[in-house]
Amino acid sequence: MKIAVTSLGNTSDSKMDPRFGRCAFFAIYDTVANTYNFIDNPGKNAGHGAGPQAAELIANNGVKKVVSGEFGPKAKNALESLEIEMIIEKNKEKTIKEINIT
Amino acid sequence: MNYKIAVASGKGGTGKTTVAVNLFYTVRDIFKEKIQLIDCDVEEPNVNIFTKGTLCQEKSVSIKIPVINKETCKYCGTCADYCAYNALLFVKTIPHIAVLEDLCHGCGACLYACNVNNVITEKEKVLGKISEFQVNDISKLIEGRIDVGVAIVLPVIKAAKNEADKNGIVIYDAPPGTSCPVLETIYDSDYVVLVTEPTPFGVNDLRIMVETVKKIGTKMGVVINRAGLGSNEVYEYLAKEKIEILMEIPYDKQIAEIYSKGDIIINKLPWVKDKHIELFNKIISCVEQ
Repeated sequence: MKIAVTSLGNTSDSKMDPRFGRCAFFAIYDTVANTYNFIDNPGKNAGHGAGPQAAELIANNGVKKVVSGEFGPKAKNALESLEIEMIIEKNKEKTIKEINIT
Repeated sequence: MNYKIAVASGKGGTGKTTVAVNLFYTVRDIFKEKIQLIDCDVEEPNVNIFTKGTLCQEKSVSIKIPVINKETCKYCGTCADYCAYNALLFVKTIPHIAVLEDLCHGCGACLYACNVNNVITEKEKVLGKISEFQVNDISKLIEGRIDVGVAIVLPVIKAAKNEADKNGIVIYDAPPGTSCPVLETIYDSDYVVLVTEPTPFGVNDLRIMVETVKKIGTKMGVVINRAGLGSNEVYEYLAKEKIEILMEIPYDKQIAEIYSKGDIIINKLPWVKDKHIELFNKIISCVEQ
């Protein structure tokens, strides 16, 4: 399964980005291969609809679960309709590899 | 006289509505002209608190948004590519398509994009309403108001402006800011009155508004409200830009008290009335040049 974590940088030592739609990168963790793939979030500066755009992006990358600090209402609706599970991580200081994703 | 005068500001709370309302009564009671005031601040219309008109007509404003038939959709994604507002959520691999109604501007590009017959149809989505208030026999207020939760404001502003009849003086009370709703309000006006205050925020937003109005090419002038506050920066800026100061309203406790009761300042303070007469004369002489 693929799990996305919103990330401030593109390495597993980067801190989690507390925002979903406007995060800098998505760290996409593959639970079978045990690898991270970092993808840029092109919608981070979108005028509107950043949340649904980000949901679309991770869905296109086969993601089934996503971890972030918070999800906006439009992002939430989009993720629900795509059947992607949302997990809120309250600790903003955690790095990508410190987040326990299973 | 048939002129459209827009009152805008950039910064919120500088006194747009105060100037628009007092100009409305000046034109009606001193110049005896037919006057219509259009409250284009559709997210928070408040002019009728001052004009206290009688509601005589209401109309709802809606746009057409797409409905996608998931049985016949080929999931090609062309409609989502055409959508400039990210209002179509499309994932080919699942496949999944959904209309995000809050983001849809009702432009119809998806209908144009779709190559398959009868996949995309349209339905009405109500955005808000237009209310017409008669103030007296030669004056009325037309108010646009969006429904709670709606973020698409331009069709409501457009509809409010369209309700005005073309004869007489029309005043547009613009929303704050310098983005699309303001442009929709001012673009067809004959004159733009920019209301500012001599504070750093007031001056900053005035500059953005001046640049905006210059691009449209409409004649403009500035009203300085709460004069006496802040610094001289606004005066220096206007002198450099060669923009006329139409009127100054001092930072005055008596004016604030009248305003806070919902009263009309020109009816209570003759010296403010004189300033508004001069303001309207300046606007008209500039428009007629």
